[in-house]
Amino acid sequence: MNKKIGNQTIKFASPPVIISAASIAGKKEGEGPLKKYFDVILSDNLKGEKSWEKAESKIVENTIKIAVYKAGLTIDDIDYIFGGDLLNQDTGSTFGVRNFRRPFFGLFGACSTMGEAMGLAAMAIDGGFAKNVIAGASSHFCASEKQFRFPLDMGNQRPQSSTWTITGDGTVVISNKGSGPRITHVTAGKIVDLGVKDANNMGAAMAPAACDTIVTHLKDTKRSPNYYDLIVTGDLGYVGHTLLKQLLAQEGIYINEEKITDCGIEIFNKTAQDTHSGGSGCACSAVTFCGYFYPKLKTGELKNILFIPTGALMSTTSSGQGESIPGIAHAIAIESRVK
Amino acid sequence: MEFYKGDAEKYKRMVKNTEPKSPILFDCIKAFIVGGGICVVGQILTNNFIKTGYSSDDSALITNIIFILATAILTGLGLFSKIGRFSGAGTIVPITGFANSVVAPAIEFKKEGIVMGLGSKMFVVAGPVIVYGVLTSMAAGIIYYFWRFF
Repeated sequence: MNKKIGNQTIKFASPPVIISAASIAGKKEGEGPLKKYFDVILSDNLKGEKSWEKAESKIVENTIKIAVYKAGLTIDDIDYIFGGDLLNQDTGSTFGVRNFRRPFFGLFGACSTMGEAMGLAAMAIDGGFAKNVIAGASSHFCASEKQFRFPLDMGNQRPQSSTWTITGDGTVVISNKGSGPRITHVTAGKIVDLGVKDANNMGAAMAPAACDTIVTHLKDTKRSPNYYDLIVTGDLGYVGHTLLKQLLAQEGIYINEEKITDCGIEIFNKTAQDTHSGGSGCACSAVTFCGYFYPKLKTGELKNILFIPTGALMSTTSSGQGESIPGIAHAIAIESRVK
Repeated sequence: MEFYKGDAEKYKRMVKNTEPKSPILFDCIKAFIVGGGICVVGQILTNNFIKTGYSSDDSALITNIIFILATAILTGLGLFSKIGRFSGAGTIVPITGFANSVVAPAIEFKKEGIVMGLGSKMFVVAGPVIVYGVLTSMAAGIIYYFWRFF
């Protein structure tokens, strides 16, 4: 039976269940509007480790432990781990899972990694290749600044369009049985590049990819945007979110203000926390989904959402060589109860 | 939906219209007050050193050393980035900015070792300033040398 519909979308025959979700968030995120939703909030971003990178791996390890515990499983029940982060060669994730001794697929989709991981994990389940899998993504503000921008103690100003990388990890356990919200469709995104070169405006670089994925998803599934209680993008921030709505309008798609949002907007209080355009990073969509949206889907407060983590696929080398920033976005359709 | 060649130009305009503007006037005033303040303090220090009997060259040198030391300590305490976020060019342009740009990477990359981390990355920000500073002074020196003949 062919499970692919339309151009880029997969419709699962027996939609995989997200049986648990766990989130660990950094200190600043824990001071924001979503503070009461995270499982753990770090008191400091080093978490007793010697470096930011080691701290990120520790966060990955602990979030997985919490997610597995919440699912009522042990780590040996996990068939595969799908995960990634922003650090070079995915060390945040690989060092985080090395003690588990479970099969691991390391992913890189920049800040879209959570979508990539959940999509592939759900495919592994529905394909009958696994019973329980883990999908997760992490990022660390200090480690990212160090790798992509300037040392942390540099006394410079951040442009208004820039975003703040989230410290944390969001992890879900996806299973072939059990109770919880189900993943019904995945629309894998393609790379869209409209020539934005400003690494301080990643929202603008990713908005066209998000638009492309939303349009394709709706076309493939023959759904109207009103089908979803909420369309949630990953980390476009205020700038990217505004651009996305303009791009969608050009495609003739109008979505009510309260039915489309962005994790980068939800996670911070823009004025009180001085975060300019909002939150970003792999963990932005991951912790916001796991901490904030997952429980709402579980209780049925949200009937369904279209979750679209977005990624800006550049490196310091590509930016240095004057390349533009390719964007990508993966859409995951999640239903509270499948009829 | 497909994006065509002309779309990139159109999108560039859209992005430009959406980008939030920095409060330039307010930023300039803050930079002027903080940067100017640093210079005033520097001048007071220099004048006092001259009064106590140092030559004007030595006085300027001692003042610079004091600012570099103060910046290094403030950077180490994690306070300089907060001041810099407020004042912008006000703290970047004086010698405080240069000192900060050396100390900040030194702290950051110490974790990769004293030699290959701290040692090699210490000048990652200040390096270009030194390279082009030296080149510019060489060029100025050559022009100055030949200027005498006219």
